[in-house]
Amino acid sequence: MAKRIDVSGLTAYYGTHKAIEDISMTVEPRSVTAFIGPSGCGKSTYLRTLNRMHEVTPGGRVEGKVMLDDEDLYGSSVDPVAVRRTIGMVFQRPNPFPTMSIYDNVAAGLRLNGKTKKADLSDVVEKSLRGANLWNEVKDRLNKPGSGLSGGQQQRLCIARAIAVEPQVLLMDEPCSALDPISTLAIEDLIGELKERFTIVIVTHNMQQAARVSDRTAFFNLEGVGRPGKLVEMDETERIFSNPSVQDTEDYISGRFG
Amino acid sequence: MSHATTTPAAGGPAPGATPRLSSARLPRWTPWVVALGSVAAGCAAGLAAGLSSKVQWGLIAGLLFVVANFALTARVQGRRQARDRLATSLVWASFVLALIPLLSLLWVTVERGLKVLDGYFLSHSMGVIADAETGGGIYHAIVGTLEQVGLATLMAVPIGLLTAVYLVEYGTGKLAKAVTFFVDVMTGIPSIVAGLFIFSFWIMILGFQPSGFAGALALAILMMPVVVRSTEEMLKLVPNELREASLALGVPKWRTILKVVLPTSVGGITTGVMLAVARVAGETAPVLLLVWGNPLINMNPFEQGQSSLPLYVYQQYAAGQSASIDRAWAAALVLIAFVMVLNLAARGVARWKAPKTGR
Repeated sequence: MAKRIDVSGLTAYYGTHKAIEDISMTVEPRSVTAFIGPSGCGKSTYLRTLNRMHEVTPGGRVEGKVMLDDEDLYGSSVDPVAVRRTIGMVFQRPNPFPTMSIYDNVAAGLRLNGKTKKADLSDVVEKSLRGANLWNEVKDRLNKPGSGLSGGQQQRLCIARAIAVEPQVLLMDEPCSALDPISTLAIEDLIGELKERFTIVIVTHNMQQAARVSDRTAFFNLEGVGRPGKLVEMDETERIFSNPSVQDTEDYISGRFG
Repeated sequence: MSHATTTPAAGGPAPGATPRLSSARLPRWTPWVVALGSVAAGCAAGLAAGLSSKVQWGLIAGLLFVVANFALTARVQGRRQARDRLATSLVWASFVLALIPLLSLLWVTVERGLKVLDGYFLSHSMGVIADAETGGGIYHAIVGTLEQVGLATLMAVPIGLLTAVYLVEYGTGKLAKAVTFFVDVMTGIPSIVAGLFIFSFWIMILGFQPSGFAGALALAILMMPVVVRSTEEMLKLVPNELREASLALGVPKWRTILKVVLPTSVGGITTGVMLAVARVAGETAPVLLLVWGNPLINMNPFEQGQSSLPLYVYQQYAAGQSASIDRAWAAALVLIAFVMVLNLAARGVARWKAPKTGR
């Protein structure tokens, strides 16, 4: 089910602007990996290269290798659509489809990919909503529009939508930054449960969150404005937060940065 | 508006330098009273000066309204509020000014159109009735308008929609820029030029006879840029996050466009299409050139002349007999009603299909 990601020498561009440079890392299966770093250091860009969403942006271009177990995601015979089915994504702002009901939102991934058997769909929808800890709150109003939910519920709806297609890896781009502490807690608990089944990568600006949910943490930084972001170090979360090997990391974590 | 801030106007100017939050305010009904007063004063001034034109009365009243509002507010509430009131009264005056021609047009059309408008008029053609005779109807013109506009819509909407999808979702670089430019140019084409183009191409070069279809071709040319522009704007309004959400689920791009982007914007697109239909439904010039008109019912848009409502209005009016002018007004009323129903339908569809919020 869950797969390992092996990145080597990855560089990403927006047109001629180099956003991140020469990043290599390994993301372990069935674990939570957190990316931290200052704004603009390329965490989100890097995350988006992991499921080929980067190239959706006009001018987006990638060099280097991303291996999912033994397949190179950027190989010439690889279909980006298939990659995105295998590696799901949750975005910063909750973005349920406004024209669809709660049920249809969760079923969207399957339905838009051509699976339309009703009984199967209902099962998957219930399973995914339960998986996202949302079932009890919405089971009586599955046919209501998804945009009527609260922000935290919408974000969990988006997580349910992402796990409904049974991906191997789940990428989360600051999934809690638009949410209140209670919804954040709900999602952090959910991440703890989901890592039993998925490989999870999460970008966060919240150091405590990284410390709470992740097994390994990667610190990104950039040398200056306009320079590409780089991976400074990556280690067990505990070590990064107690005894990092690079001074920059310690400065950033202790708030002495800049 | 809390009660503390609505002290009566009698208080005079606000106490100068004391930093109080409340100050003298005019009651909320003041603008209405000022409006009534200015209308009365405008009429009085008009009568007194012996101005025959009601337009002049109205202009005097409007001017008085704006000036009086400004002066009164400046006197009681101070300069900032006075400027605010000035802007507000200008906006209201312009609104009334814009509304007058619309209402008067509607009024005259209804008044004169209802004279001969009845079931017989709607269900019969002109047949062999001479211009000066009463009777006859517009059934043949309604059929012509529906068929020509319908055919034009069938041709223009798919092409326009796909062009807009190309421009927003796929187009980059020179080709997209060129397409946008030419669509803008097409928006400005006078309808007679579109008619002449089809006339020279379809009738003179390809040798077809004038028919409803030839008219529909010209109408389609007029519709297309409107459809492209409005659809383009609507598609641009769809947040990129929705496209990304769909792509990240492993949905191919074409399916994303079909199942996420278009449904999200379908309300606005429908409105745009309806506006385009409304625009071409009132076109006379290309129909005159290409369809020629026909006093008899011709259900087949591909052979021989047809009539259409705007053409019928033009021909009946040009005939100059009192019976034919009555018929022209009635047909005009039907045309306006037709366009209005279309617009209402568009609004209904837009509201029905709009992304839902509620819980």
